[in-house]
Amino acid sequence: MPWRNDTGDVVTVQPLRAPGYLALALLGVALAAGFLPVLWMGARQGAGAADPYILRVLSFTLLQAGLSTLLSIIGGLLLARALARRQAFPGRGFVLRLLNLPLALPSIVVIIGIIEVYGRKGWLGGAFSIYGLQGILLAHVFFNVPLAARLLLAELERVPAESWKLAAQLGFQTADIWRVVEWPQLRAGLPGIALLIFLLCASSFAVVLTLGGGPGATTLEVAIYQALRADFDPQRAVMLALVQFLLCGSLVLLAQRWGGLMGTRASGATAARRYDARRGVAIIIDAGLIALGLILLLPPLMAIIISGASAIHADATLLRAGVTSLLLGSASAAMAFLLAWPLAQLAARSAAWRRGSGLAVLAAWIVPPAVLATGWFITFIAHASSTALAASLVVAMNGLMALPFVFQPLSTAIAQAASAHDRLCLGLGLSGFGRFWQIDLPALKRPIGLSLVMGLILSLGDLTAISLFGTQDFMTLPSLIYRQMGSYRFDAAVGTALILGILVLALSSLSERWSRPR
Amino acid sequence: MIRLADVTFRYEDMEMYFDAVFTAASFTAIIGPSGGGKSTLLNLIAGFEVPQSGRVLIGTQDVTALPPDQRPVNMIFQDNNVFGHLDVWTNVALGISPRLALSAEDRERIDTALADVGLVSFKQRKPDELSGGERQRVAVARALVRDRPVLLLDEPFAALGPALRRDMLDLVTAMQKARRLTVVMVSHQPEDAQYAASHTAYLEAGRIVALRPTTELFAATDIPGLAAYLGDWRSIGQ
Repeated sequence: MPWRNDTGDVVTVQPLRAPGYLALALLGVALAAGFLPVLWMGARQGAGAADPYILRVLSFTLLQAGLSTLLSIIGGLLLARALARRQAFPGRGFVLRLLNLPLALPSIVVIIGIIEVYGRKGWLGGAFSIYGLQGILLAHVFFNVPLAARLLLAELERVPAESWKLAAQLGFQTADIWRVVEWPQLRAGLPGIALLIFLLCASSFAVVLTLGGGPGATTLEVAIYQALRADFDPQRAVMLALVQFLLCGSLVLLAQRWGGLMGTRASGATAARRYDARRGVAIIIDAGLIALGLILLLPPLMAIIISGASAIHADATLLRAGVTSLLLGSASAAMAFLLAWPLAQLAARSAAWRRGSGLAVLAAWIVPPAVLATGWFITFIAHASSTALAASLVVAMNGLMALPFVFQPLSTAIAQAASAHDRLCLGLGLSGFGRFWQIDLPALKRPIGLSLVMGLILSLGDLTAISLFGTQDFMTLPSLIYRQMGSYRFDAAVGTALILGILVLALSSLSERWSRPR
Repeated sequence: MIRLADVTFRYEDMEMYFDAVFTAASFTAIIGPSGGGKSTLLNLIAGFEVPQSGRVLIGTQDVTALPPDQRPVNMIFQDNNVFGHLDVWTNVALGISPRLALSAEDRERIDTALADVGLVSFKQRKPDELSGGERQRVAVARALVRDRPVLLLDEPFAALGPALRRDMLDLVTAMQKARRLTVVMVSHQPEDAQYAASHTAYLEAGRIVALRPTTELFAATDIPGLAAYLGDWRSIGQ
């Protein structure tokens, strides 16, 4: 907040701009190294290189993402409304925590659980094939029904207390409440949530890689990976990458205009009390919907624990993959943090930096990982066999992917600290390192920890970057799981998934503690 | 007449006890410190809270077990009295029928009510195109078409400036006189009570300490807590 001194000049705390420009420059270099070769090669090939295969992949990408979004929104809507109407029942807190789990866990871990239940040799004895479109839809619904439910529940919980009182006083029935109170509230958030889910499904990698059925059921992201790593066909990868860039870039920019991808808020505040849905029928319907949600969510998660516990093969490979995961994850988190910190400092005090940083941190969403990878692949192709190079590319890509999640808690906290302390520090003449050490660090300890742990969690779960750049001797836990799945050692894969799942959950319970206000 | 007979209610750590009569066609203001249970008292009358024990009567009817929509009560809140996506006219019409099944006579009543509160040219406006005072007038118009004998006001004009507050109080007082309503108004402004209310109650820590004709209450020296609550206000205000 600016204030004026005696001569009328606006006095504000102005953090150093140089680190901010440096962060932007580094982001620019990473993007340019990824994107320019793709653009250059694409332009040289011309549109003539767009063969029917690319069109087929694009239409399948849109089809599966569209259907996944539709199913997830319908399921999420029903579940959110049931949970909003049932404000107090034993186990409600447990159900809400369960909704966070699918997206908190690495996707490869969840996929293992799904295969363990629905797969050919699964608990259901392979009632249907989970490979191809139906498998992809099942997995995407598993991830995104809980996400949609959480976000839509948060929308419903923002209905003001007076609206529920008015509804009760005016004698609204269920249909009236839906028409006048619930639907108008949901309608506002629905496009943004649907867009977010569509984007997640359109760029989903692990699900399509593991459950997609060959060339008939593949998406752009996975097709790029196959063109680069299996077919050694950079020309095709470039064309796919351009299409993927146009799709994801425009979706992200659209979402930014509609309130922002990172603007989606989860529920937290206590909701206002409702007076409706007290009758038996409503209770039975809601209980049934919540039970259906549990039937969808619980079995795969339980399968990982039950089958995984007896299948942990603690050998040297597992140990090495674990250490590699932690080292790469820490490096990625540190990198994301070093980029996010100066941007968050500037964003807290300038609207222009806030807009710019908000977009800059989405770099790896606007130019999706597989597109970046294509360019980096072309740029660094001469050194392709070097493990050190592969490791730095994995770290760089994971750092970029984690950036928005690292930036978010950091920028919120720094903005709060700035508005609380800036004027006081100006008045006391505190600045630079002295201010950081005495004022900012004590106040920001938890947000700093939180953002580092978020970066670590996201990198630990990554299968995209490690699949694109990894080798047989350079494996993380997710890529070890994928390899074990492929080499008929599914039980070992379940065991590894359990270890990775526990590691990530331990970290996210830590981050949850740090994200709670004191 | 509203009667709370031996009503007890527990909210978090506070045990409340209300035993009081608000006479028919009176205008009672409720003043007292925040967190003392003023809004809870209105919620008990409106049916948003149910007493642990005791009874709530309106007229001769025991309404203790009735849901809010079956009580002869209108309530106006400080905020959010209107549904943001519906225009003024529809917001008022909801007071007659949630499904908006309206007869020609109903439509006429809605138009009359809007004219009475001075919003006749605002019918098609959405709430975000209205000022705070105009939004509260929509709530008053809805109370007019619902036409219930009890009107509860929960700090309805707290966000308005002094002149607007006087206008709104005049509007409510006129309505109360014309329809012989029993009005109970929670207020943080002692001068609002003096301006509009025939009676004033002082409520503190979940108890109605005193309920007297307004002039008597403000002149009284025997009410514990009142002098501390009002502070210097009396000497300045008079």
